[in-house]
Amino acid sequence: MAEHTEDVTATAAADGARIPTVIADDVHIVYRVNGGGGGKGSATAALSRIIRRDRGESRGVRKVHAVRGVSFTAYRGEAIGLIGTNGSGKSTLLRAIAGLLPTEKGKVYTDGQPSLLGVNAALMGDLTGERNVILGGLAMGMSREEIRERYQDIVDFSGINEKGDFITLPMRTYSSGMGARLRFAIAAAKNHDVLMIDEALATGDRKFQIRSEQRIRELRKEAGTVFLVSHSNKSIRDTCDRVLWLEKGELLMDGPTNEVLRAYEKETGR
Amino acid sequence: MTAPPSADAGLSPAELAAKYGLSVSGARPGLAEYVRQLWGRRHFILAFSQAKLTAQYSQAKLGQLWQVATPLLNAAVYFLIFGLILNAGRGMDKEVYIPFLVTGVFVFMFTQTSVMSGVRAISGNLGLVRALHFPRASLPISFALQQLQQLLFSMIVLFVIAAVFGSYPSLSWLLILPALALQFLFNVGLSLIMARLGSKTPDLAQLMPFVMRTWMYGSGVMFSIPIMLKDKPAWIADVLMYNPAAIYMDLIRFALIDGYGTENLPSHVWVAALLWAVLVGAAGFVYFWKAEERYGRG
Repeated sequence: MAEHTEDVTATAAADGARIPTVIADDVHIVYRVNGGGGGKGSATAALSRIIRRDRGESRGVRKVHAVRGVSFTAYRGEAIGLIGTNGSGKSTLLRAIAGLLPTEKGKVYTDGQPSLLGVNAALMGDLTGERNVILGGLAMGMSREEIRERYQDIVDFSGINEKGDFITLPMRTYSSGMGARLRFAIAAAKNHDVLMIDEALATGDRKFQIRSEQRIRELRKEAGTVFLVSHSNKSIRDTCDRVLWLEKGELLMDGPTNEVLRAYEKETGR
Repeated sequence: MTAPPSADAGLSPAELAAKYGLSVSGARPGLAEYVRQLWGRRHFILAFSQAKLTAQYSQAKLGQLWQVATPLLNAAVYFLIFGLILNAGRGMDKEVYIPFLVTGVFVFMFTQTSVMSGVRAISGNLGLVRALHFPRASLPISFALQQLQQLLFSMIVLFVIAAVFGSYPSLSWLLILPALALQFLFNVGLSLIMARLGSKTPDLAQLMPFVMRTWMYGSGVMFSIPIMLKDKPAWIADVLMYNPAAIYMDLIRFALIDGYGTENLPSHVWVAALLWAVLVGAAGFVYFWKAEERYGRG
């Protein structure tokens, strides 16, 4: 189980009592994938799968057990990194904490509404950048007044208009870097109680990266607890004081950043 | 060093959560609270539906002109096939039949497209559902609202056609408003039901076109039910005429077309329209809400 050592307890002790903000209690998450069933992808194979019905509810539906019994408690003021190889269940765990994916077993308790940093799914390439700012803001639950207030900040932050009036063009005409910058600018416009960042840091050019790191730091200050998924050990070291190491959906290690990262780097051969 | 010594050490996760007032993440709110949250998202629902509507034709050269051109072409095709080739308008004057047919097509398509987009409302937007928090009913409602706005464009075409064939604007046209409002409520309910079913079984998107087409042919979109079925037992015509699609179509035809009087409507037609709207609307809403916390699973 979690071994909280020196620096974690030190930071917690500094602001008095440790107040939990997120409690994960034996969380299991299972994805069901249609059409992922084994065998040939032909129509007859699909039919025979439906007719056979041999293993319970496996009628062409394959289950993927993405997170297996993860438990931890996060406290106010902590910045927690999630590491692990691709497909180890990091993003899935974040979504479960945010209440976006239902747990198969176990429960997640949270203080307030945790939110993922990211608004990509709500934006539409056929609309102008301008309308996407409004749509994205509304999708994140901001009011029309809030969006009006922050609109200019968002556009300035994204730097979309530095090379001409691009905000009035459809988003599909943007270069991939410009699109990423606007998406980040929209997503980062809102403050959150429990903030979760899923590898959103490495977007845009060097200048924009510095600006976005700065913004992340501001968001961190405002948020009670921050979760960060990243494959960059450097950005984990820079931002997090505690790290959870997930592997194959199981919590392998939970402890102070240096300790866990050392073990992780040894394991992955770096 | 072991876990920090504190008063919380011996507590189970559930007790700890209770002590600090944490709530279960992603739990389904109560029905009243859910309605309140949904109301709080009304601007998003409206903006999303308008965005979808605009995005639909934004790559076309004629752009938003297609909002009007599409229903017009649709009406032309149906007129060509059913009006000229099959002569389905037996027993009606041409001045009545053409607006009759076009109204039927537009009004039925309003329900049809709401159902079809309802099926894909959750299953086609899983990315959105897994990324952001909002009452999930926002999506099907937003899609139904998009279809309502689409219908308003079609209505422009319809008014012109009605006027060309001798039905001029009159006070009775105002009856279109309550009829459409009730149909919209009915469509929202139906699309909420389809959204929940479709989130579990995306196959419905393949199946529904056939169901909808059967429903269309059975609702008298291109022919008058009482005239077509006058040799058959009366109950068949009754069943068909009290089906919600036929009711909303007939109400709007009655409001719009001069030569289409009360004799074509079943008795207590407004009561039936209201009952269908309220029953399906409420049932759909509750049915959708019951699975609110599970839509992210896909």
